[in-house]
Amino acid sequence: MSKKVLLNNKEVNIILHRLACQLIEIHTDFSNTILVGLQPRGKYLANRLKDLLITDYKIKNVQIGFLDITFYRDDFRRSDKVLKPSSNQMEFIVEGKKVVFIDDVLFTGRSIRAALTAIQSYGRPISIELLILIDRRFSRHLPIQPDYRGRQVDAIEHEKVIVNWKESVGKDEVYLIKQEL
Amino acid sequence: MSTLSVNHLLGIKYLNKNDLNIIFETADHFKGVINRPIKKVPSLRDITIANLFFENSTRTKLSFEIAEKRLSADVLNFSASQSSVKKGETLIDTVNNILSMKVDMIVMRHPNAGAAHFLHQHVNATIINAGDGSHEHPTQALLDSYSIREKLGSVNGKKVVIIGDILHSRVALSNIYALKLLGAKVMVCGPQSLIPKYISDLGVLVENDLIKALNWCDVANMLRVQNERMEISYFPSVREYSQQYGLTKPILDSLNKDIIIMHPGPINRGVEITSEIADSKNAIILDQVENGVAIRMAIIYLLASKIKS
Repeated sequence: MSKKVLLNNKEVNIILHRLACQLIEIHTDFSNTILVGLQPRGKYLANRLKDLLITDYKIKNVQIGFLDITFYRDDFRRSDKVLKPSSNQMEFIVEGKKVVFIDDVLFTGRSIRAALTAIQSYGRPISIELLILIDRRFSRHLPIQPDYRGRQVDAIEHEKVIVNWKESVGKDEVYLIKQEL
Repeated sequence: MSTLSVNHLLGIKYLNKNDLNIIFETADHFKGVINRPIKKVPSLRDITIANLFFENSTRTKLSFEIAEKRLSADVLNFSASQSSVKKGETLIDTVNNILSMKVDMIVMRHPNAGAAHFLHQHVNATIINAGDGSHEHPTQALLDSYSIREKLGSVNGKKVVIIGDILHSRVALSNIYALKLLGAKVMVCGPQSLIPKYISDLGVLVENDLIKALNWCDVANMLRVQNERMEISYFPSVREYSQQYGLTKPILDSLNKDIIIMHPGPINRGVEITSEIADSKNAIILDQVENGVAIRMAIIYLLASKIKS
């Protein structure tokens, strides 16, 4: 097994600032926008972007929610892994709002499909966009692409992309693990 | 561990503490789901569940049915009074005919103790016991403990008294098992004729004086007198039972603390509790009903995850 660093602390920070600026370009003052972190791992990225928008870019009104998609997944009863839900914090209705889904890695696209179904429980948003830190291209099972991406990675099936956050393991870092065949 | 140790829910007796905690944690998520504008999730869209009720039920049947529908399962409802059971068909034949229609899970209420256990030995489907005679009613016990946990933060160390017809009650037995597993102190209270002889072997206290029991407890679970299961008379009259064991406002006011009142339903107002008590702020009877849907969704979801596609 080998480990290759894709993004270090500094690079993650630069990318977060770029993603925040790209969001501002489209959503201006965020008055009709809701950031939705996809549980469990999208929560860290969503929180980090919210903090940046408020402190560095002086956006006053950033609404944020965390959506758990466990009960909407299409692999229930299809794997030996037990699907364990995370907490769901959606304290608002998304009817008529612009929603931005936020997750750390886009792989097969199935989580995003589940999220598209799950969000319907909270109303009909006017639009849904997708923001991703790492886009693993060539591994999609569904026709889903991000609107904002941090870094595109060419990783093959048996390779694994790991995203670490300061909040969970003490430092921001993205690396690729190659398992020997 | 985040999966149940069992493949069927036949009784609380077969569960361990970890199972109860998994069910409660999953129910917390489903309680969130049933309070959303759209209360349905697609998890069980390829599962078919048959509800077999060989005995009357309002709450449990509706609660199971709505839990199944909220999970997007296909639901078949069967009630013995309108079926071929009346023509002499056996339980196994009835169930096997239903299973031939490609049913994955059976929820069954039956007047005979052990019916769910018997069925799981003879048919190939996941079985959920929705009450078997005066034996067990596991989902009721789970929702009762879940409601106590919700109200008091935890069940561990709490004092719970079960009052009324303990002898004929499946709710009492399942509750005793669940509460003991979760570390509660349990007492049963009622006329001696309605207390089973060896109940103290289950590690519960026995009290015949209602006031003493109420002064001891944090939670009182009031049970109905099950006249339909009585072949002989266990007390002189309903009026006398009510005077001895009926919970009234003056009795509640005379206690030196605030206690929680529970009732699994159906309530016989004026017998085991007065209307004033049933509708008071101490009563969490309607919370129990709401929690019942979340608990049943959790159980069905967790057991369905063990059925391989």
